[in-house]
Amino acid sequence: MRGVVDPASISTEMIQMLAPDGSFVGDGDFEIDLKEEDLRQIYRHMVLARRADQEGTNLQRQGELGVYTPLLGQEAAQVGSAYALSERDWIFPSYRELAVAMYRGIDPSSVMHLFRGTVHGGDWDAREHRFAYYSVPIATQMLHAVGFARAAQIEKSNIVAITYFGDGATSEGDFHEACNYGGVWKVPVVFFCQNNQYAISVPLSKQTAAPTISAKALGYGMPGYRVDGNDVLAVYAVARETIRRAREGGGPSLIEAVTFRRGPHSTADDPTRYRTKEELAAWEAKDPIARFQTYCKNEGVLDDDFIKSCDDEGAQIATNIRASIVGAGPRPAIDLFNNVYEEMPETLRREYKQYEEEQSAREGDE
Amino acid sequence: MASITLAQGLNEGLRYAMTQDPKVVCLGEDVGKLGGVFRITDKLQTEFGEDRVFDSPLAESGIVGTSIGMAIYGLRPVAEMQFDGFTYPAFEQIVSHAAKYRMRSLGRVSLPLVIRIPYGGGIGAVEHHSESLEAYFTHTAGLKVVTPSTPSDAFSMIVQAINDPDPVVFLEPKRRYWVREDVELPVTDGMPFGRAAVRREGNEVTLISWGPCMRTCEEAAEEAASDGVSVELIDVRSLVPLDIDTILASVKKTGRAVVVHEAQITGGYGGEIAARIMEDDFLSLHAPVLRVAGYDMPYPPAKLEDIFLPDIDRVLDAVDKVLNY
Ligand SMILES: Cc1ncc(C[n+]2csc(CCOP(=O)(O)OP(=O)(O)O)c2C)c(N)n1
Repeated sequence: MRGVVDPASISTEMIQMLAPDGSFVGDGDFEIDLKEEDLRQIYRHMVLARRADQEGTNLQRQGELGVYTPLLGQEAAQVGSAYALSERDWIFPSYRELAVAMYRGIDPSSVMHLFRGTVHGGDWDAREHRFAYYSVPIATQMLHAVGFARAAQIEKSNIVAITYFGDGATSEGDFHEACNYGGVWKVPVVFFCQNNQYAISVPLSKQTAAPTISAKALGYGMPGYRVDGNDVLAVYAVARETIRRAREGGGPSLIEAVTFRRGPHSTADDPTRYRTKEELAAWEAKDPIARFQTYCKNEGVLDDDFIKSCDDEGAQIATNIRASIVGAGPRPAIDLFNNVYEEMPETLRREYKQYEEEQSAREGDE
Repeated sequence: MASITLAQGLNEGLRYAMTQDPKVVCLGEDVGKLGGVFRITDKLQTEFGEDRVFDSPLAESGIVGTSIGMAIYGLRPVAEMQFDGFTYPAFEQIVSHAAKYRMRSLGRVSLPLVIRIPYGGGIGAVEHHSESLEAYFTHTAGLKVVTPSTPSDAFSMIVQAINDPDPVVFLEPKRRYWVREDVELPVTDGMPFGRAAVRREGNEVTLISWGPCMRTCEEAAEEAASDGVSVELIDVRSLVPLDIDTILASVKKTGRAVVVHEAQITGGYGGEIAARIMEDDFLSLHAPVLRVAGYDMPYPPAKLEDIFLPDIDRVLDAVDKVLNY
């Protein structure tokens, strides 16, 4: 009907290259420019992330981390999108993007320290890795990405920003503001939503009445993509196209990667209260790594030696994380006082002095 | 008599209020099927249905803003903020509307809504999950700000907050969620809303605190007693309105006061209490009123939270100082 936008007319299909059984189905609208070595690296990054992630859960279960937010099941969404970035592009994550962090060369222990409670944000140099600090308040990081991209646009630096967030995040006001600013300013930003079906216990159906998350893009004048988030090739292809368009001045895009969080929301969560075994099993059957491994083996790109070398490397990373985390004590208290401002205000200096006096009095008591 | 936790006191109080008044509804993130991340709304959805207890989309401004709309209609919404540090998106609705509606309508429209917020640290949480935001709200005229520290108070205060005609920011000291008390349910003989409780009588120093730090203060008072120092301990319970008479009566007796809270010291509510004591009864004081509070820094990572949180030693140091002034 003239003058009417009908939600029923929106395509809910997903862009897909690999079927869950690993067979190549392709998608004529997207090309893939990956070489054999790229395929191996993508596989490797997914395997390493999964192993490091598992170690996060293990360490929490053993009481070494306060809490941990597992990414299990979301490896393809994260690695596929990150692989499409160029080195100078910036990443604005939420709190589940361990695979992206590792892809950017961040030691996973630095991420785990946040969950151990030795640091806030994360113990890495954001500028060195072009990976901003974890952002726990939902959707807030999206605006930072837009501002960063606006700066890149002003300075004509050819840098693109990508920001990661969940399906729940699309309900926050900051999501709307970020998409709207992005569209109005036409900045080089990619909004990457990992639709893992739940925000803690709340299913997507209670989060939005939109036919898809990608459909929301329309309201901001940008293209929206709905992609099989467990298909690393499809994610890569879509991310590559949106990043290229952003770099060429074509403005932002919204990607909805349809995936599933197979672990708990965090280790403090009990998902049996709100989802079924059957639902979980159905998604386990769509495992992103198994699917890609089958494909690569069929293509003759992966052999058993390489697979083993990835597993060994993963085991080594897990060992390193463990060594860094187990028993790690607090950082010096002075760091806290020193990092509130560039220069410590006089009142805070007095608080520190009092703290020190109390500390030495205590030591004297012991 | 049943032994219940503070969390269960809240859950039972909500159940009681919802049974008494069909206008009471609960909303927030994960409050439905899950029963909230702290299970404060546990099973309420099963008992009262999805029109009385429901999950909101993930948006705090939405939770409070729509609660305001429901209250205008005539419901009594109980809105949950999942954690202290995630209340900030709702700040505009709380400050610009919840607090001001009565005044802006010349008293014609009041907003009987409750905003429940688990607050404070000491549970080893990651960042943004340990904040003490009472001063933002006490500074905002038009809001009542209360915080229980015992399971029986949890029950009676949540019921009173729901029945109150004004918006109430209901701060739940999350590190006390699991403290137990033998309670006869329903609690119908609770103290009146807005009153402070003298938890321990004494005549040398008045120790004033609320919610999260009550335990530390109880232990400090005990230890002081074993050193022969008589401490009177006041649980403020209601920051706004403040039961200043109970505080002043105590200070008149003791001549000394120490206020303890875990929120950062600058602009913290301890300063308000100290100033009022000084203004209203300067001549009874033998020593300046001291504050024991968090340092002026963002709440530290879990491994360092112990240095931030007032502990027994810091409280006793202050008690010593006012005694030996
Ligand atoms: C502003 C804000 N409100 C509430 C929370 C508490 N919380 C943490 S994660 C989460 C669900 C997020 O779901 P989603 O955006 O889908 O991301 P996912 O965790 O599934 O990756 C909630 C409600 C928060 N961190 N920030």
